[in-house]
Amino acid sequence: MSDQKTLSFSEFRARIGDSRGKEFWRSLEDLSRSEVFDEFMHQEFPQQALPLDKGVDRRSFVKLMGASVAMAGLAACRQPAEAIVPYVNMPENLIPGKPIFFATAMPLGGVAHGVLVESHLNRPTKIEGNPEHPTTIGASDLFMQASVLGLYDPDRSQVVRRLGDTATWGEFLGALQPVLNAAKTDGAGLRILTGTVTSPSLGAQLQGLLTQYPGMKWHQWEAVSRDNAREGSRIAFGRYVNTHYDFKKANVVVAIGSDFLDEGAGHLRYARDFMSRRKVRAGEAQSMNRLYAIESGISNTGSVADHRIGVKPSQIHEMAHALMTGQSSNPVLAAAIKDLQANRGAGVVIVGDEQPAIVHAYAHVINSRLGNIGTTVLVTDSIEVAPINQTESLKELVADMNSGAVKALIVLGGNPVFDAPADLKFQAAYDKVPFKVHQSLYYDETSHRSNWHIPDVHYLETWGDARAHDGTVSIIQPLIAPLYNGRSHYETLGALIGGLDQTPYQAVRSYWFSRGATEQSWRQWLHDGVVANSALPATAVSAALSIDVAPAAAQPGIELELRHDPTIYDGRFANNGWLQELPKPQSKVTWDNVVVVGPKTAEKIGYAVDEREKLVNAKETRFVDVTYRGVSLRLPIWVVPGHTEDVATLYFGYGREKGGRIANGIGFNTYPMRFSNALHGGPGAQIAMSETAPRIYKVACTQEHQSIDPKDVGERGIIRAASFEGYKENPKFAQDPHHGSDVAGHGSESMYPEWDYSKKHAWAMVIDTSICTGCNGCVIACQAENNIAIVGKDEVVRERELHWLRIDRYYRGDVENPEVFHQPVPCMQCENAPCEPVCPVEATSHSEDGLNDMTYNRCVGTRYCSNNCPYKVRRFNFFHYSDYDTPALKAMRNPDVTVRTRGVMEKCTYCVQRVNAAKIEAEKQNRRVRDGEVITACQQACPTEAIVFGDMNDPKSKVAQLKAQPTNYALLEELQTRPRTTYLATIRNPHPDLATAHKADSGHEAH
Amino acid sequence: MATKHEQPPVHELRPTTQEPIPERFIPTPTIEPGHSFATITDHISTIVLRRKTPFGWFIGFLIALGGVGLLTVSMTMLIGKGVGIWGINHPVGWGMDIINFVWWIGIGHAGTLISAILLLLRQEWRTSINRFAEAMTLFAVASAGLYPALHTGRPWFDYWLFPYPNTMGLWPQFRSPLMWDVFAVSTYATVSALFWYVGLIPDLATLRDRATSLPVKRIYGLFALGWRGSAKHWHRYEHAYLLLAGLSTPLVLSVHTIVSFDFAVAQLPGWHATFFPPYFVAGAVFAGFAMVLTLAIPARKFFKLEDFITMRHLENMGKVLLATGLIVAYAYAMEWFYGLYSGNVFETYMLRNRATGPYAGMYAALWICNGLAPQLMWFKRFRTSPFWLFVVAMFVNVGMWLERFVIIPASLHRDFLPSSWGMYSGTFWDWSFYIGSIGLFFALLFLFLRFLPMISIFEMRTLLPEAQAHAEHEEH
Repeated sequence: MSDQKTLSFSEFRARIGDSRGKEFWRSLEDLSRSEVFDEFMHQEFPQQALPLDKGVDRRSFVKLMGASVAMAGLAACRQPAEAIVPYVNMPENLIPGKPIFFATAMPLGGVAHGVLVESHLNRPTKIEGNPEHPTTIGASDLFMQASVLGLYDPDRSQVVRRLGDTATWGEFLGALQPVLNAAKTDGAGLRILTGTVTSPSLGAQLQGLLTQYPGMKWHQWEAVSRDNAREGSRIAFGRYVNTHYDFKKANVVVAIGSDFLDEGAGHLRYARDFMSRRKVRAGEAQSMNRLYAIESGISNTGSVADHRIGVKPSQIHEMAHALMTGQSSNPVLAAAIKDLQANRGAGVVIVGDEQPAIVHAYAHVINSRLGNIGTTVLVTDSIEVAPINQTESLKELVADMNSGAVKALIVLGGNPVFDAPADLKFQAAYDKVPFKVHQSLYYDETSHRSNWHIPDVHYLETWGDARAHDGTVSIIQPLIAPLYNGRSHYETLGALIGGLDQTPYQAVRSYWFSRGATEQSWRQWLHDGVVANSALPATAVSAALSIDVAPAAAQPGIELELRHDPTIYDGRFANNGWLQELPKPQSKVTWDNVVVVGPKTAEKIGYAVDEREKLVNAKETRFVDVTYRGVSLRLPIWVVPGHTEDVATLYFGYGREKGGRIANGIGFNTYPMRFSNALHGGPGAQIAMSETAPRIYKVACTQEHQSIDPKDVGERGIIRAASFEGYKENPKFAQDPHHGSDVAGHGSESMYPEWDYSKKHAWAMVIDTSICTGCNGCVIACQAENNIAIVGKDEVVRERELHWLRIDRYYRGDVENPEVFHQPVPCMQCENAPCEPVCPVEATSHSEDGLNDMTYNRCVGTRYCSNNCPYKVRRFNFFHYSDYDTPALKAMRNPDVTVRTRGVMEKCTYCVQRVNAAKIEAEKQNRRVRDGEVITACQQACPTEAIVFGDMNDPKSKVAQLKAQPTNYALLEELQTRPRTTYLATIRNPHPDLATAHKADSGHEAH
Repeated sequence: MATKHEQPPVHELRPTTQEPIPERFIPTPTIEPGHSFATITDHISTIVLRRKTPFGWFIGFLIALGGVGLLTVSMTMLIGKGVGIWGINHPVGWGMDIINFVWWIGIGHAGTLISAILLLLRQEWRTSINRFAEAMTLFAVASAGLYPALHTGRPWFDYWLFPYPNTMGLWPQFRSPLMWDVFAVSTYATVSALFWYVGLIPDLATLRDRATSLPVKRIYGLFALGWRGSAKHWHRYEHAYLLLAGLSTPLVLSVHTIVSFDFAVAQLPGWHATFFPPYFVAGAVFAGFAMVLTLAIPARKFFKLEDFITMRHLENMGKVLLATGLIVAYAYAMEWFYGLYSGNVFETYMLRNRATGPYAGMYAALWICNGLAPQLMWFKRFRTSPFWLFVVAMFVNVGMWLERFVIIPASLHRDFLPSSWGMYSGTFWDWSFYIGSIGLFFALLFLFLRFLPMISIFEMRTLLPEAQAHAEHEEH
């Protein structure tokens, strides 16, 4: 450096001293670009004296930024020299220690999921569903829950970049100008690629842009494609429409390759409505809906179905056709047809997005013929601003890029270099575009190939709007100023239009004010999280097939089924540790994608049961070579009972290279097997055991043992189930004399006197296994609420995951089509807790209202309590798993819950922080805590309301009433632990004609 | 001077017959003939004082020191990073840490048994092995103590397990077997150390008197506590020693009883069994004698002590091995009886899993080592062969380790809910800690062999016919 000036701390501080919060980050960015900063870095950290000029890789850059943050933080430790003034009037409702909830909405695939965000002193810490919102009705799914970690993710992109170098927004605007000037005439050569857009205001902005540049084209692409659903609606109704369903009115549901309870727009609502018809309670009107599932892989919906028909993907067309014609030789399908016809206007046929367009059309026709449209099936205009066939749209874009017609491409969100169909060769085409801008949350695969990268804002950081599955509009309001210097899509589009000074707030607000909003209604919308009466009206239409395709004959050989990953979606959540560590619903695999096949198929290709059991026991599996249309991939194989034979299911989203520190290098990229004319796989795949070394792959699976067949593990009484008919005959089927006394609690054989709770609360939980879909929402809600650390793949392999709540999944019966049971297992909070007396330092003890409290700072970590816990719900910090160092994550944590240290045992507390908050509130008002006042995190997330929590001492409480149900039973009750958490036995509703033939043992199977 | 024809006094009391007593009725002597007070003292004390340290000792000590080095590294890693470096996991909260703890504590039982119970039962053959066995006990307890102290998640808070007055106003949890362990093991360690040291005092004085260099004299003199061998000293000594023996006797039973409570009090199938205390005590004696044999057979050869540790000693120990081995095998069989008779699904599955589950090989090996191998001791030919005794003792050493493996991880890994089942295997650090603790044990043992009389000099002298005659004379 020619300039020998050195920067002292005080000067350094002075440079950034005036900035706070958002500006603080911005000034760091500026600082980091100065030569003096370089010089300073060299002097202060000679061992890290990496030149900050060209060639610094991203990782080193992040390190250096970390160092600069650490230094800058010194300024914050001292009282400022200037006079400062405290609040004269406290801002209303801002009480330290008291969270405030704001309504907003999380868009996923363009569709709004209404949320309530818990904010502690302006830090969003927890997401809940918004009870006012039609899609979420107060429940939440894993993506919503995990989005709060996504917000604080330290790997998020933090600066504007030009060819990888840090730049500024101003420089970007400067570079954009000549491009715009060139496009001035009509905009030919200018392209915009977005995901699905349902946002009315962003849509208006895009439309405005299209008017300004008539030659410009707007393309849309979502890797989790809904094209088949769109095209199916066009076949049946002649135009793109949106269908949504009212399962409350449905007596019979046929799900064709559809996981409507667990994914897709509106699934939370559907799960709630559907399961509301499956709550069998003594003393209430007894009826149950019935679900038939026709599918290949076993989905969560299929796992709770009364009848599941496993077919290869190519056979689904035929099955749907048979359903439409009303003739089938398959007894289960025939029963479904009979049921549908007997319940005209009260049935639903629903098709998954992966199924061919024609199957969607059949479903519309069936629903139409049965008079379901208008009652259970609601048809509205599309919720999208501009519904198009996205695959065709992307194809067109690629063709134009290849021909050189595209001069400038603005990619708003998405990651097409990673997730575009392989045959389009998107990357090669993209490289030909002279001016490429990519705006995204991460500096990802597409960003690396772009001229300019703009950091995107998280939905919790910006204004916006989006439509729910029924068209209801939610205004997205920010909870926090952008953490990492991000820009919203409104700003980028604004730069194209030329309205540089319009903030996202103004963009959204002006759109709605120009459409009749008033200050009062605006405030109301923000408060409620929904725009009143904005749902799209249902139209009375009837469906008819405009074209028909004859079902193809069943294809021999192995078929490939391609699906998005259940936890990391299309790959966009790959850097989210919570979602990575969440066990995938059926396979219980974490941190990886595997090829899922059925047990017979595995044996057929040479993966013998003995070898498999041995490997799985050691958390290992073999590699297989999967070949499809000339593409061959080496992937670990995984066997799931019930998975249709001769079907290999692959999940895409893994194998990220530039996704962040967590995402990179884990799993396998299966996008190379995705073709634009076979987005969801197809017949003609081959699968063979791989013999090249290494043949073995470690799989972080959280549950290897899944059979509860008495011949395997004896009659343990873990799961108790009956058919609806069986229940009506003997409602007390779950009270099996072989398994101890009933839970009502007369059989204590202890020498010690009973605890007296009569004057206090007796917190308890009931979990209805009938209506649990195994969706994992509760697991991740618990993780978010209770600051539960992630441990990483290696530690999960060593069986050290920390989840306080797990969902056990068991199979019974035939491995090819077994019955599946989901059982969420939190701490049982036993009355006679085996963990309590064995702790030598009394770190776990009984609270006055019957909880097994855990005193973290008293725990020395002997692990005896865990050994003695029959439910194995205690989790130990074998290492220092909690991240104490990353500054961003500190802000994310729930301040009401201790962040645990190494060597300490932890476990479910029944969300004791919520219990105590309610108790304090009640005490202030001199009353008892009311029923429903304490809602645990798992209970709040659960879409089906399968988890009920409350005070058992209050006979009117919901939980006390459920405990009085004849189906109520305790897990391992013969051990006399007397758990506070109990279960309602599983009741399923098979068709009476099929019950004997199909499930002979369904009557009295209280094992 | 003793001559070859003199017999122990017990035979003198019998009426002499014309017929010579058949050879098989004459017990093998506890000390080879041809020794006098002086030769015994010479023979044992020269190992410490005069003889040049044999080269083999240095080799052995260096290897053992290497083990101590490994232990130090392992402990540093453990405290630095956490117990996660071991193979323990969620169903299996205790692994090699507790296996090795119980293994070492079991080994530590022979010392007290030999010293105290056999003393009280006037089994004089114990004399030549008791010092050695007591030292072994102490070192085994030292190795054992490392595990419970360091296996906790936060070992720096271990002192919370002691009932000390504190500002938090907290006691430990007196219902926890781990709490009882703290008392049992620390009491046992204290009494064993005291017992050993008190027994050493007259010999330390002998060494002091026979040492030639002044510093050595001073050091032994310091620890001899001014012992002059006066009648008063001997009188007090005998009383103290007997009292300590009386104190130690219940400890032999209590320590392993309480260790077994760690398991029996829990409700895990495979742990929750009422017969654990006697089963564990028998197993501990079994293990302890096997370890005494393992060490005594080579030491006897190396230091040429065949005259003092005679075949009679070895044979007796072989008999103890057989007796306790049969008790242990009975316990293994009873586990099956209780499990199957109960009809309890969890107990039944636990047994099925032991026999056919993933650790079936270890269970089979356990039966071979602890059930079958000791049966050789029925035969005098094997009982009197140092080689075969050593082989059987090694089998038992391994077998007792396997027994704890089968009890601890193999019970934990598949308990009540199949969803939580898992597997356990030791990691490098598990094994390095184990090998390191063996290194510590041997390093201490080598120091003991070099610097202290490994056989009690003064007690050996009482075995001589002269002493016996003297004693009998006094009694009259």
